[in-house]
Amino acid sequence: MDLVIPKIDALSLCPELVLSITAMLVLLVTVYLPKGRKDPAAYVGLLGIFIALMSLTLLWGKPRYAFNNMIMVDNFSIFFNMVILVTAALSILMSITYLKEEGMSHGEFYALILFSAVGMMFMTAGANLITIFLGLETMSISLYVLAGFLRDSNRSNESALKYLLLGAFSSAFLLYGIAFIYGATGTTDLKGISEFLSRATYMKDPMLLAGMGLLLVGFGFKIATVPFHMWTPDVYEGAPTSVTAFMSVGVKAAVFAAFVRVFSHALWDLQPDWNQLLWILAVLTMTLGNVIAIAQTNIKRMLAYSSIAHAGYIMMGMIASNELGTSSILFYMLAYAFTNLGAFGVVILFGRKGEGNLDIEDYSGMGFKYPVLGLLMAVFLFSLAGIPPTAGFVGKFYIFSAAVKAGYIWLAIIGVMNSLVSVYYYLRVTVMMYMKDPVKDLEGLHWSPSMIVALIIAVAGTLLIGIFPSPYLDLAKQSVLHLM
Amino acid sequence: MNQLDLPILTLLTFLPAIGALFIMLSNKEGVVQIRWMALVISMANFICSLPLFFCFKADYTGMQFVEKVPWIKEYGMTYFLGIDGISLLLILLTTFFTPICVIACWKDVTKKVKEFMMCLLLLETGMIGVFVSLDLFLFYIFWEVMLIPMYLLIGVWGNPARRVYAAIKFFLFTMFGSLLMLVAILVLYFYNHSVTGEYTFNLLKLYELNMPSLYQTWLFLAFFVAFAIKVPMFPFHTWLPDAHTEAPTVGSVLLAAVLLKMGTYGFLRFGMPLFPVATYQFVPLISILAIIGIIYGALVSMVQKDLKRLVAFSSVSHLGFVVLGLFALNVQGIQGGIIQMINHGLSTGALFLIVGMIYERRHTRMIADFGGLAKVMPVFAAFFMIVTLSSIGLPGLNGFVGEFLILLGTFRSNVVYAVFAATGVIFAAVYMLWMFQRVMFGEVTKEENRHLKDLSLREIGILASILIFIFWIGIYPKTFLSKTETSVTHFITEFNKKYEACIQKEKNYLVLNTSEELITKK
Repeated sequence: MDLVIPKIDALSLCPELVLSITAMLVLLVTVYLPKGRKDPAAYVGLLGIFIALMSLTLLWGKPRYAFNNMIMVDNFSIFFNMVILVTAALSILMSITYLKEEGMSHGEFYALILFSAVGMMFMTAGANLITIFLGLETMSISLYVLAGFLRDSNRSNESALKYLLLGAFSSAFLLYGIAFIYGATGTTDLKGISEFLSRATYMKDPMLLAGMGLLLVGFGFKIATVPFHMWTPDVYEGAPTSVTAFMSVGVKAAVFAAFVRVFSHALWDLQPDWNQLLWILAVLTMTLGNVIAIAQTNIKRMLAYSSIAHAGYIMMGMIASNELGTSSILFYMLAYAFTNLGAFGVVILFGRKGEGNLDIEDYSGMGFKYPVLGLLMAVFLFSLAGIPPTAGFVGKFYIFSAAVKAGYIWLAIIGVMNSLVSVYYYLRVTVMMYMKDPVKDLEGLHWSPSMIVALIIAVAGTLLIGIFPSPYLDLAKQSVLHLM
Repeated sequence: MNQLDLPILTLLTFLPAIGALFIMLSNKEGVVQIRWMALVISMANFICSLPLFFCFKADYTGMQFVEKVPWIKEYGMTYFLGIDGISLLLILLTTFFTPICVIACWKDVTKKVKEFMMCLLLLETGMIGVFVSLDLFLFYIFWEVMLIPMYLLIGVWGNPARRVYAAIKFFLFTMFGSLLMLVAILVLYFYNHSVTGEYTFNLLKLYELNMPSLYQTWLFLAFFVAFAIKVPMFPFHTWLPDAHTEAPTVGSVLLAAVLLKMGTYGFLRFGMPLFPVATYQFVPLISILAIIGIIYGALVSMVQKDLKRLVAFSSVSHLGFVVLGLFALNVQGIQGGIIQMINHGLSTGALFLIVGMIYERRHTRMIADFGGLAKVMPVFAAFFMIVTLSSIGLPGLNGFVGEFLILLGTFRSNVVYAVFAATGVIFAAVYMLWMFQRVMFGEVTKEENRHLKDLSLREIGILASILIFIFWIGIYPKTFLSKTETSVTHFITEFNKKYEACIQKEKNYLVLNTSEELITKK
């Protein structure tokens, strides 16, 4: 057997390398920092993210395979990496004061976020099922730890354990699926799979279909589609809020990137098979997510169910199976990143020490007591509900137009009706904020500079993408142009 | 065409929003200052809107004061504004009523004045935006954006008991319709692309599209639901009484005067010209719903105990007239419909203001709590009387002109509809006069009513400025009708031309198909 030593193409991995090195640097730095004053570690992390973001621009527009076809660096992965990096940066910004208040200011937190982001980036760039799996595991293992980071909190521990157990299951499903597909096609290389399937002689193999189904389950777990969503509310509720924010956007972005790459490209010839499945899953996911969200009293749980529903909308873009559909997923992810992170930012800020204010009722009277914070929350909620002039509206508009273009008019109608349902529970928060009198003492909000920066970035993104979507739509479109 | 060479429509649309921004930055405590700011901004906007009226070329058929800037080029979205005779008066109505509302709530609104004025001004931006947009995407954005300030107006400053319920109901009902419309817009957009190969939301280009009738039916239905909810037509009207009753006075005024007109305007601007075949198909259904609305609204008004609810249901009845007129599909009907939109805005707006004025004094709106007010408040009684008569449609006042034209138009297209609709005029006299009698005439039965203050100068000023137009339209409607005439005539000819074209196309298609069948059979 020949041992092929792959050409080391460090440039292709530049962002990932920068991020990994930064993560280790953070670990190193944190040792020398006095206890409880670990802020510099976060700044080191932010600097690393910034450099990684810059290095992404080097790779833009030059699609290539690297490391023996294990890695695919194209605009598609770069776009998702951008979303992931922005998510990581905002999450870190939101965590600094939060962790201090919770008495958990450890440098490892930032390192874990960075490692997790590296995993996500490998997933988006995975050109081989194995790479995707490795990325997924790197991401997940860091997240298991992060979910339980508030080690004195029972909820946080429960969250971590639940996530670990169910995550392990889902990884097993995914791995099993990979094995089946390898068995049926003889390769784990995405291009190889697609070539194998497009050969005219090929007959539909039950093993292949089973593999596809298992992959669907594996991915479905991670992006929390119904019926694989059970873990989401508990994990999202128990995890530290900044981690929840990070998970709700970052994981979705990474897994959707891999999902699209595997299904819409490698398994393209099975499209008629998986499309119907996805159709049903999308409708279930949207509907269940939205309907159950109505009944929630805790805002983190509500946002968890809303994030389930959003996964359903995004799946519509996959079902549309056209260029517009894929680019709409990218655009939606970007819009969703700013919006959802912003909403969680407000939740963190308003939750205050010990996370005492997480019930929707606690928001009573907040809009007039803290007009700026109230306005921000309103913008984020309206964006989540898809009301113009926000990013969320353009995102939804784009996704629905992809569905309509592909002829899925009923799916689009179900989608818009779902967003009607979602309007109800998002409005409920604004009702609390503006139309009820305070039930609690609302004093003691701690505005930290890092949080202010994060919120400004989030709201600027939400409104800018909503009012002048043109450049971002272009970016999303270019990102799927050379998709291989 | 843009005769002013100024982006006047942009200015009109965004001046209030910029004003709202300034108010946001001002000090919360300076309540008086904030009120003055709002007044100055809305007055400035009204003054800016006057050139529209005076420079409007009444004999020009196309869009005027046009502004067109590409916005999202690749997907064919343009920032495309323009008005014609159909929208001109509605814009003026909006800019006219906003300063009136600011003055009307001068004493009324005392809590959270800053936010209130911001909502009011943002609402104005949304309303004008809806009337000036000629790009479907842009239109949809304004249509939705407008919901938020109205929702807040009802929900924050409404009656404490049921305001949240009313606000959410308002929001969800409207949103339901508009989301269906969104899907229809998308279908239209992609259909247009499949035919012409061009992605565009430009309304004027979409007008040129001749769609098969099956498409038209479905798309029309989706648009219809959105607009019918907004109008509101029977049976989609249930949100209206709640919203009106719970909203603060000026919220009700704007809701009645402007927001409801968006539904009827929508029919005229989008539903009908885009889908003429479907429009003809649905004339019977819509006319019957409109007549049901007219009679049902009137009957329900009769039994209301609450003044505001009574006026709210009278809106259902009046807007039934408007819709009936529009769907008569002739010049008189549509012109009557347009002028009646304005009339309803003026008289119902004034009625809500009047109800607000006595509510401010007595903190009740129950008819039973009043009686004999004419003796205590003679000036108020005079104004109330004139507005009531205008709402009934007394000749010489504005309501008569609109109703007369509508009935004339309807009579020409369908006698039966006209006969039934005419009964609505009688019912209107019944419920309005009866209400007026119970509130104003007779002995003063309640001790609290004996010492009510008559109208202040501020209130007289508000009502008098509305009365000017009530008389003007009633006595010399030509000033306003002449502005709409060309556009309406043009609308009708284009509409019929397109209808013929669609039918012809369908026939050709059928012939083609049958001949193909014959060939294949052979």
